[in-house]
Amino acid sequence: MLYREAGQYKTNYATDVAVFPLREDRIGLAVILLIGFVVLPLTANEFMLQAVLIPFLVFALAAIGLNILTGYTGLVSLGTGAFMGVGAYACYKLTTFFPQVNIIVLAIASGLFSAAVGALFGLPSLRIKGFYLAVATLAAQFFLSWCFIRVPWLYNYNVSGAIEVPSRYVFGVPVTGATATPLTRYLVVLSIVVLMTWVASNLVHGRIGRMWMAVRDMDLAAELIGIRLLPTKLLAFAVSSFYCGVAGALLVFFWYGGAESAVFDVNQSFFILFMVIVGGLGSLTGSFFGAALIFILPIALRVLSPAVGLPLHPSTVEQLQFMIVGALIIFFLIVEPNGLARLWQIGKQKLRVWPFPY
Amino acid sequence: MKLKHLLLGTATLTSMVVTAIPASAAEIYIPLLTYRTGAFAVSGAAIGSGMADYLNMLNERDGGIGGVKLNVEECETGYDTKKGVECYEQVKSKNPIVVNPYSTGITLQIIPKAAVDKIPILSMAYGLSASADGQNFPWIFNPPATYWDGASMFVKYIGGKEGGLDKLKGKKIGLVYLDAPYGKEPIPLLEALAKDYGFELKLYPVPASEAQNQSSLWLNVRRDRPDWIYMQGFGAMNPTAIKEAIKINYPMDHFVGNWWSGGDDDARPAGPQAKGYLSFTFNQTGTNFPIIKEIEKHVVEKGKSLFPKEKIGETFYNRGVLNSIIIAEAIRNAQKISGKKEIDGSDLRRGLETLEISAARLKEIGAEGFASPMKVTCEDHNGHNGAFVTQWDGTKWNKVSDWISPIKEKVNPLIEQASKDYVSANAGWPKRSEPCDKSS
Repeated sequence: MLYREAGQYKTNYATDVAVFPLREDRIGLAVILLIGFVVLPLTANEFMLQAVLIPFLVFALAAIGLNILTGYTGLVSLGTGAFMGVGAYACYKLTTFFPQVNIIVLAIASGLFSAAVGALFGLPSLRIKGFYLAVATLAAQFFLSWCFIRVPWLYNYNVSGAIEVPSRYVFGVPVTGATATPLTRYLVVLSIVVLMTWVASNLVHGRIGRMWMAVRDMDLAAELIGIRLLPTKLLAFAVSSFYCGVAGALLVFFWYGGAESAVFDVNQSFFILFMVIVGGLGSLTGSFFGAALIFILPIALRVLSPAVGLPLHPSTVEQLQFMIVGALIIFFLIVEPNGLARLWQIGKQKLRVWPFPY
Repeated sequence: MKLKHLLLGTATLTSMVVTAIPASAAEIYIPLLTYRTGAFAVSGAAIGSGMADYLNMLNERDGGIGGVKLNVEECETGYDTKKGVECYEQVKSKNPIVVNPYSTGITLQIIPKAAVDKIPILSMAYGLSASADGQNFPWIFNPPATYWDGASMFVKYIGGKEGGLDKLKGKKIGLVYLDAPYGKEPIPLLEALAKDYGFELKLYPVPASEAQNQSSLWLNVRRDRPDWIYMQGFGAMNPTAIKEAIKINYPMDHFVGNWWSGGDDDARPAGPQAKGYLSFTFNQTGTNFPIIKEIEKHVVEKGKSLFPKEKIGETFYNRGVLNSIIIAEAIRNAQKISGKKEIDGSDLRRGLETLEISAARLKEIGAEGFASPMKVTCEDHNGHNGAFVTQWDGTKWNKVSDWISPIKEKVNPLIEQASKDYVSANAGWPKRSEPCDKSS
């Protein structure tokens, strides 16, 4: 009733190929941005910002990165955690060398290092596919994890082997380190994530994205219509790693405030991969849904169980939460194998014809 | 795909709303970050239960401390840094008087936050060794000893066995350690001591992912045949290392674990041949102390403990109790200094900073000889207190040495240097603004 396209005419090509063809969708997006930039900063408490929203955005960005590679180009990667680590360590080294440079610029620049490393480990993708490629990226994961432990230069020869985030200021306001308020950090992360999501959206809806999807759907056919496989696949690896790298830098600098190498182990890679699969392969919205389900749901279960008066011990809740989240993932994948993004699409479709479905 | 499913899905998504929990009055809120789940749950359950049971016993027996009830609440970390930081954020809003992170990773994350949030961090003999420097880390406390103290005690102990520290010259000493910030801690100290006493240090790192697959590493040990081995291990790594040592016929009484490598469940799985394995500890084991008997009477027998009855008194359980003794004594001290009954984090920081648990006081609370007397000062947040060596006899740990004190003159310069490095690496590290209290 409220959500339908009747009366909205497309009079030129630009409106016809728009990412959000419906006015209602555009309004919805504006409302989400308004909530993100104005309502949440005004209402959310520190726990919400620091322990829920910032990590959610960081993981959503990493999921977008992996989605570009796995969802759009069809190349399975198990090296996400390592590529995030490259971004984090690059940002750490950059801010050590250039303490005066704006940390936000460095966080984005560190993505370039990650992109270079990603492209390097993407080289085998021309020869090997599927599970074999997954194993090759797993090798990247193990090699880079090893570097994070064994190359003391990366963590400035710190005795404890961890990287600690120094205080950095942007226009006189602390944005990293312990003195930065969660609100500042949230707004920085949100701005970067919104900006990079917008760029990703333009990439995947444009020529490059179509090339990726052609390779995903059938690389032989793509080659026959004139797409050069190696540059396309390497570009996918580079862009994907760029996103993961920035996410890693954000994770350490704006959320953790310090990290040991174990943060970027293979579990992190699986964590992001689950988000992408549950959220929906080949969907940017799905990346956000996946991050919400995999990351926020356990926290919600944990926080809500005492609030509703269940006298359960925290460790019991923890065990229960593993079971519930596991069951939910299986449930969602059974009812909708294409992920939450598809579920969202179906919901919108149903809403379009509501209340008179045909 | 039915609409029903869709509704269910949306319902789940919308339920992700976080509600704030109001704090209640007239009590002292003590959050305990514990890990009863995950890969290290075996030690976590023991430590967590020990901590909770002692505080609950004070509630049951005395109605809290100084007439104020203790609100003890656990937050489950699973020994995962991510969840630990989340726990910290979660408890922060409820005015905790102290946070016990119980993981090196979590401790490193929250050290910079402590001064900003005005919450003291008690990392009992773990975390960052450098944080023993009270001038740079006014909010962090790590009594009774640092890993560097532990490693120096090990050298002192084997020096004694060899007939003097000078006899260590030319000996080979191996360090088997978890390849993570925690495991790497003793390396700089052992390297310094190797130079001073002329022994050769051999490093055997165990990557965290290979904790249960150490055979190749122990082939190297067999080749090198070190005279003594010190182990800085954790969790499943410990029993695996002991088993491998048995396989290569390494003499168990030359194999010494640090205090996180000496749990009952570290030695027990290795079987009867683990007999003779040594480990440092700074707390006694067993139930033969009035303080443990009180816990059994007021908490365990009422079914309020989460720990199996027959395992009460094991090393890590008693260590949890010791952790809570420090908290409780610091609360008493803080109440005395501040004159308030209901203290907050800043008061407890002062209480911890002037904490002195004398032998007489230990006896008073029913813990005579349970731990070494300890004293924390403004400058020294650790105390560098002693520990002793225990030996596994196949079923339980037995004390086999006297209390050994660390080689302070070797440890202190390292602490100062590391603390300086930390501050210079973290530009803008806040200067100490808290005044020092006189020791009471």
